[in-house]
Amino acid sequence: MRKWRGDPLFLIQNLVLKDFRIRYRNMSLGILWSLLNPLVMMAVLTFIFGRVFGNPKSATFPLFVLCGLVPFNFFSGALQSGTTSVIEGAGLIKRVSVPSTVVPIASVLSNCVHLLIQLALVLALTLLYHLPPAPSWLWLPVLWSLFIVFVCGLALGASAINVFIRDTRYVVESFNLVLFWLVPIFYSFTIIPPKYVVLYRFNPVAALVLAMRDILIDRHPPAGSIVVNMAIAAAVSAILGGAIFARLKPRFYDYI
Amino acid sequence: MPALRFDDVTKSFPHHAGRMLLRDRIREWMRGAPRQRFEALKDVSFELAPGESLGVIGANGAGKSTLLNLATGLARPDSGRIEVNGRVGALLELGAGFHPDLTGAENLRLNAALNGLSRRETAARFEEIVEFSGVREFLDEPLRTYSAGMGMRLAFSVLVHTDPDILLIDEVIGVGDQEFSLKCLEKIRQFQREGKTILLATHGLELITSLCQRAIWLDRGRVVQAGPAHSVAAAYQAGHATAMSTAF
Repeated sequence: MRKWRGDPLFLIQNLVLKDFRIRYRNMSLGILWSLLNPLVMMAVLTFIFGRVFGNPKSATFPLFVLCGLVPFNFFSGALQSGTTSVIEGAGLIKRVSVPSTVVPIASVLSNCVHLLIQLALVLALTLLYHLPPAPSWLWLPVLWSLFIVFVCGLALGASAINVFIRDTRYVVESFNLVLFWLVPIFYSFTIIPPKYVVLYRFNPVAALVLAMRDILIDRHPPAGSIVVNMAIAAAVSAILGGAIFARLKPRFYDYI
Repeated sequence: MPALRFDDVTKSFPHHAGRMLLRDRIREWMRGAPRQRFEALKDVSFELAPGESLGVIGANGAGKSTLLNLATGLARPDSGRIEVNGRVGALLELGAGFHPDLTGAENLRLNAALNGLSRRETAARFEEIVEFSGVREFLDEPLRTYSAGMGMRLAFSVLVHTDPDILLIDEVIGVGDQEFSLKCLEKIRQFQREGKTILLATHGLELITSLCQRAIWLDRGRVVQAGPAHSVAAAYQAGHATAMSTAF
């Protein structure tokens, strides 16, 4: 396809702003909705697993839950909207000569607006528990950047496949549902029996949850293996997702 | 070097009738039979020198839009070659890339970015674009409150301020009111004087004969006739007259 001579960053910024404006202009409470969902979920999970089941770690249990919820929420939301982004961007991809690669990437980055609001909530809660900022907090932007790259790669691959097999979005939906239970959101990594640890070891969402708790609650840098795990996941996902997308995009026009 | 050249270009689309689910894919794969395809363009060739204006005439479904989409680089031909030299600016559909819930100003910036302007260029040309569009008072209103004509003004205004060397326009010019149509025509004439290349697809024969030196007539994906705009337009009109008389 002919080279598009433009400013990809300016374009992505405008696409992200567009999503943000559309989403929030039609909501009377605006960004409060971004806070409400994790807060309600945190309260429910804290009640069920902290009070009903009784959890020994209950002193910081709400923060513990939130450290699990925020990565999971971002992952499921961004992957879901990323997967359908190419189909929903048909008006753009079929009518305007833009590099289609920016469409799923902008879709994932739009979710980062929510993410920033929710991360601010996590940090606020951390301070509320008298856990002051520490140097290990500097790991947060590093790990989150890797995670965002990882999700962008997945979204690129899934959105391209979704053009040709429209069931993909439902597979992603169900996958997210299962993932909620397979990421240690409301339970601790330490209670997992050793023979099942492998289920978690190669799961970058679980890795980020563990790292968040290491950094914010236990106040030490994340284990080296977690950082390596996430870096490899980001690289593999970006390369593979990018390759699938590049391979399929010349035929998008005929199928969307 | 031509600004735009089509060399035996053929483009077909699969008949899929919305069947894009996994079971359709599996069925297709088990049968091994490829889908039937619909040929939208068949062996189309033409050449457009820099500074030339070409009109594309044809009934609905003749392949005009497919031709423009191929020239824009949105779709790829099945066979044949398309050569483009220069920056392409295309106005293919009213409201493409516009969102009804964004304001005029927000849509303006988004479309400038889509059409390849950088942040600095957009800021520098913002005033000019607004001025030309004539929708200044409604700039902070959501686009859904605009009339079709106002939306068109904004889209056309962004397009002509992106410095295209080759301007591709599909059908949309007639949307604005008299005053703006004249303004558009004046702008297109200015482009012609500046030596830019124009490809215009429309039903409006008058528009083609007044703006273009040459024209091609498409019918069911094939070039029926190519030549000076007035004679192609006349032949198209005559052809239509015979088609109509035989139909009744």
